[in-house]
Amino acid sequence: MEIFFSKEHEWVKVKDGIATIGISEHAAHELGDITFVELPAVGKSVKQFEVLAGIESVKAASDIYAPVSGKVVTVNEALETTPEIVNDAPEDAGWIAVMEATDLSELQNLMTKAQYEEYLKNL
Amino acid sequence: MDDLKYTPLCAAHKSLHALMAPFGGWEMPIQYTGIIAEHRWCRERAALFDICHMGEFIFRGDLVADGLEDLFTFSVKSIPVGRSRYGFLLNDRGGIIDDLIVFRLAEDEAMVVVNAATSDNDFSVIRSRLKGGADFTDISAATGKLDLQGPSSREIMIAHFGPAVGQLPYFKFMKTTLLGVDAIISRTGYTGELGYEIFLPANKVVELWDLLLADDRVKPAGLGARDVLRLEVGYSLYGNDLDETITPLEAGLETFVKFDKAFIGKRALEDQRTAGLTRIKVPFAVSSRRAPRHGYSIVSGSDTIGEVTSGVFSPMLGYGIGLGFVPPALAQTGTPLTISHEKVAMEATVCDLPFYKGGSLRS
Repeated sequence: MEIFFSKEHEWVKVKDGIATIGISEHAAHELGDITFVELPAVGKSVKQFEVLAGIESVKAASDIYAPVSGKVVTVNEALETTPEIVNDAPEDAGWIAVMEATDLSELQNLMTKAQYEEYLKNL
Repeated sequence: MDDLKYTPLCAAHKSLHALMAPFGGWEMPIQYTGIIAEHRWCRERAALFDICHMGEFIFRGDLVADGLEDLFTFSVKSIPVGRSRYGFLLNDRGGIIDDLIVFRLAEDEAMVVVNAATSDNDFSVIRSRLKGGADFTDISAATGKLDLQGPSSREIMIAHFGPAVGQLPYFKFMKTTLLGVDAIISRTGYTGELGYEIFLPANKVVELWDLLLADDRVKPAGLGARDVLRLEVGYSLYGNDLDETITPLEAGLETFVKFDKAFIGKRALEDQRTAGLTRIKVPFAVSSRRAPRHGYSIVSGSDTIGEVTSGVFSPMLGYGIGLGFVPPALAQTGTPLTISHEKVAMEATVCDLPFYKGGSLRS
């Protein structure tokens, strides 16, 4: 499944209109030890690049933005008690939410993995 | 801003891939492997901290006649030789210029240990107030300091430096010889754990660091872990919780102020005590894993009543903790508060110190 990245370091994988969303390896490393994830409410609708969730580490509190527009259908409830999963596996078990994407053409506003790796080099 | 200063361990930190950042005018290690892992190692085993940035002054003279006795909020002359005491240097308005520890080295000799960012100013304030022929010297540049903190620290110190160190009670120190040079080992710290602060010549710091880190029970910890450790036991951090606009009474630290002796700012504190406080620092616990942070608002009902001065997620407790100012009427244990920042609101309750009660400090 192809993965896309936003400039704010979220990732999204889409299959049959269902988008799984998280934060990138780079973002998790930069945040350091993650201590709290504010999960979105199931049923919440957000537009692309609007605030979807919140995340806190020992060092800082940040917003997580929706890489695509849609409606939240599932959240990763394991993060409520063990948010450190995001540090351990940010692009896998540390996913944040699953959304029904409403407009797959929005993926054009994101970067491929190769483009994102290039983007990180220039930060 | 002056150029950053570097401790003798800068290369050692870089070889450990530490994340470095400026603190108090110094380039310091914030973390090595991760703040929570380092914090846990200190609570369970023993962590080693580079504290060379802190300042040290030596006073030699007559404590009373030369005026040292009348400067701080505590008596220096009543500290027995071989012991140390914590308290404040205030300005004439009662605001805290620094929090510090005085070590009574001899009848006529004391070492003053101060924070890094305030060190130069502390030295000029103290020197300007001393009288007579006292010798007062800033030895910070030539002095290194390492802290070994954690429940295993005593057995580690004994293994490397002999059994005498094992006899030190809390807030007592010994002059000794380490690595062939004069050193001071003090049973003090900033973590709430059993631990030691070691003062020795700066040119021996790397050797001591390498010696202790070669012990499997010891791992390095940065200022990130140190901040979590100190806040879990409720210690104030100068610059966050204390500054020149805050008095010890407002900071809830009156226990370190002795009104039966002279000190700078005494008149202002007496006036404040008579007039009553308008704000006081309280500890509070958040009902979730969210962390309150410096500068967040404290709200009661619809009114902003104060501000958070320090806050963190406590890994030992599993919830957010913090210190902040509230009006005295809302300072009682159990008082509900809301901590607010932009769109975030956290429910909190005024609690007692220490937040974390399981430390090995007095073991």
